Amino acid sequence: MFGYYLDLAWRSLKRTPVLTGLMVLAIGLGIGASMTMLTVLHVMTDDPMPGRSAHLYTPHLDPLPRDYKLRDGSPDPTDDMTWPDAMALLKAHRGVRQAAMSGGSLLLRPARADLRPFYVSGRYATTDFFALFGVPFEQGSGWSAADDAAGAQVVVLSETLARKLFGTGKAVGQTVRLGEHDFRVIGVTADWAPKPVFYDDQTGTQYSDADLFFLPLSVAVDEKLQVSGNRSGWVHGDDTSLTSANMTWLQFWVQLDTPAQVAAYRQYLVDYSAQQKALGRFQRPPTNAKLYSLMSWLAHENLVPGDVDLQLWLALGFLFVCLLNIVALLLAKFLRRSGAISVRRALGARRRDIFVQLGIESALIGVAGGVLGLAIAQLGLWSIRQRPDDYAKLAQMDMSMLLGTLGLAVLASVLAGLLPAWRACRVPPALQLKGG
Amino acid sequence: MEIRPIFSSLRRHRIPALLIVLEIALACAVLCNAVFMIGQRMANIHWPNGIDEAGISVITVNGTDAKLAASNIPRDLAALRGVAGVTAAAAVTSMPLDQSPALTGFTTTPDGKTTVNTSVYFMGRGGEQALGLHLLQGRFFNAEEYADSGLKDFQSTAHVALVTASDAKRLWPGKDALGKQLYANGKSWTVVGVVSDVLAMDPTTSGPGGRYSSVFYPSQPDGMMGNYVVRSAPQDRDRIVREAVQTISALNPGAVVEGKTYARMRSDYFANTSSMVWMLVLVCAVMLAVTVFGIVGLTSFWVGQRRRQIGIRRAVGATRGHILHYFQTENFLLSTGGVVVGMLLAFGINLYLMQHYAMTRMPWYYLPGGAVALWLIGQLAVLGPALRAAAVPPVVATRSV
Repeated sequence: MFGYYLDLAWRSLKRTPVLTGLMVLAIGLGIGASMTMLTVLHVMTDDPMPGRSAHLYTPHLDPLPRDYKLRDGSPDPTDDMTWPDAMALLKAHRGVRQAAMSGGSLLLRPARADLRPFYVSGRYATTDFFALFGVPFEQGSGWSAADDAAGAQVVVLSETLARKLFGTGKAVGQTVRLGEHDFRVIGVTADWAPKPVFYDDQTGTQYSDADLFFLPLSVAVDEKLQVSGNRSGWVHGDDTSLTSANMTWLQFWVQLDTPAQVAAYRQYLVDYSAQQKALGRFQRPPTNAKLYSLMSWLAHENLVPGDVDLQLWLALGFLFVCLLNIVALLLAKFLRRSGAISVRRALGARRRDIFVQLGIESALIGVAGGVLGLAIAQLGLWSIRQRPDDYAKLAQMDMSMLLGTLGLAVLASVLAGLLPAWRACRVPPALQLKGG
Repeated sequence: MEIRPIFSSLRRHRIPALLIVLEIALACAVLCNAVFMIGQRMANIHWPNGIDEAGISVITVNGTDAKLAASNIPRDLAALRGVAGVTAAAAVTSMPLDQSPALTGFTTTPDGKTTVNTSVYFMGRGGEQALGLHLLQGRFFNAEEYADSGLKDFQSTAHVALVTASDAKRLWPGKDALGKQLYANGKSWTVVGVVSDVLAMDPTTSGPGGRYSSVFYPSQPDGMMGNYVVRSAPQDRDRIVREAVQTISALNPGAVVEGKTYARMRSDYFANTSSMVWMLVLVCAVMLAVTVFGIVGLTSFWVGQRRRQIGIRRAVGATRGHILHYFQTENFLLSTGGVVVGMLLAFGINLYLMQHYAMTRMPWYYLPGGAVALWLIGQLAVLGPALRAAAVPPVVATRSV
């Protein structure tokens, strides 16, 4: 029966090529536009560290004075951490692993004469950074806690930067001049950048950035290296050095494997804040201290730009207009066939049979529309990749979105076909046959 | 035209009529809001700026030794003035729209509070000519002020400052800003001049209050001044940027030197905005096209279904014009229904966007504007099917199927 209905549907669609074309075009455009935006949103809100993100947490303390007021559009200082707090948390060692970090951009003066100096962005971090985030190494390794303590001038390069500086030769053991200092290369990581770079300060462009070098945080502080990202101080005239207790600029991440560890860490943060309050350093309630999981931190930061959100709404509205259109066109098409349907009914077809037949016809339109929609979505994603936005390069469709597009198209057109099919199979056969 | 028969006919085709109304309503709602967003973004792209945008190019130098700034900057500037076609050159810390905000909150009393982020610009001698600032009141800085001032921890050590017209009005409403004191972080400066509004370094994030909130300080050459502003005739800019980058690179071999025209800086700053505008335009166009297809499809079906009735009307004396007008009036009625619902919906969407996406209220004239657009589009869509209906010969009435 299915084959027969399919044949009927095909013949019927062939009879009215313009109307069919319009319907396929409408569903294709609607699905194409909405899937383009859904794909963008999907890649932007995706887990940046699958498998690892469930164990990553970021603690946040509130060292602000009681009467501190945020200025319009200014970043929240409690998003980051002060140097003394980060060092205290690091020393307490309450998590499985923990690291403090900050972004930095340094002038690199290549030894090769054919390269002009250029700026590279990278990360200042403490020793656990690599193990905490599972950074893959191509050569060598990260630095030790002893290097951290000693402020050893060592650096880990990304593969891209290592290849640019040293070609395909061995980079480990070479020297790189960053800013005004020479650093010994001790490791090369495979090109690695979570999307978004969730551990970065929120002022960065987190979807297109990648860290090209890593060096010990203590060196950055000792040598007063340039720190990128936001630095929020709240005491006027206070020293603006990186070790100030009244300025936040560091990011802090810990690994906690069990719910018990998470609960214990949360309690530890409150206890620490209470202790700082007792010492007179903190003024706000200790319960302001928070511990975010990776995904809830991303939700808190809300990295998805308002524009993307708006575009998604626009695309969904557009899909809805297209669906309405298909309902209207299918209605016109099915009702025009009232005569034929009445004949079938008079010959003994049940309402259900008619319903199934018309349903298959709309599903066929859905499949065609879905294929067109996929093509349009690919075109849309391609055009987004040409755009200058931070997230643009990410706009790629994966398998689940691909199947989702087709599924959505078929579902939408079958749904759109329900009302017209229901109307068509309620035509009273006798009346129609007589009237015709 | 008698509209009662149209109503009774529509009542017999409730679902298709409802579909057309809904389609027009949705199209109207989305169109109004999308066009409003396009208009807003276009206005952003064309924000006026009180500097000579057409004549300015900016050469950015990074990675020089800050300790040598006092000798390097005058040397570089002299070389830049030597480039053919350059009429003025000066060093500044940052530029409007350069996206690296240096912000301070200024007040009119020593212990005042403010929520406005003001962009702070330090300029070296000749900065006002190089930037092309327009003086509205007072005076620019004199040679002594340039020589005696500098910056420490990004605070000016000067005693004088220039403010923009917007700030003068905001800080001292109804009063003369000249000679008034400007306070920030425990220091104060005397306003010696008011210039026409200069855009902030990052006006989209500093909010409406900070968009034209800028303060200028004089400064002697300082390591923080990483930008050379070069002014010339507009047609010379591209060549001058090229030559200036070569000149400065040769003088500062260890530095990273980049140059672009100010027009480029502006288009870079608004690149995301303009790509969003294009997207909105595209969506609007395609959506209107889809709506037109829908109306054409449904009306064609209607005409096909009513051929016999049309034939009968023609046979008893209706002219082609009558039939044509019938379908046009019918579409007008449906569009009116759709537009009324659509305007309500558009208003609702605007309210929602205002709450969630920092959108402003849509001016009232967008609603009637959208209504007229959809009336016209409806009439355009119905014309083809209506003409076909009018062409139905009276003889159809006498035929059975």
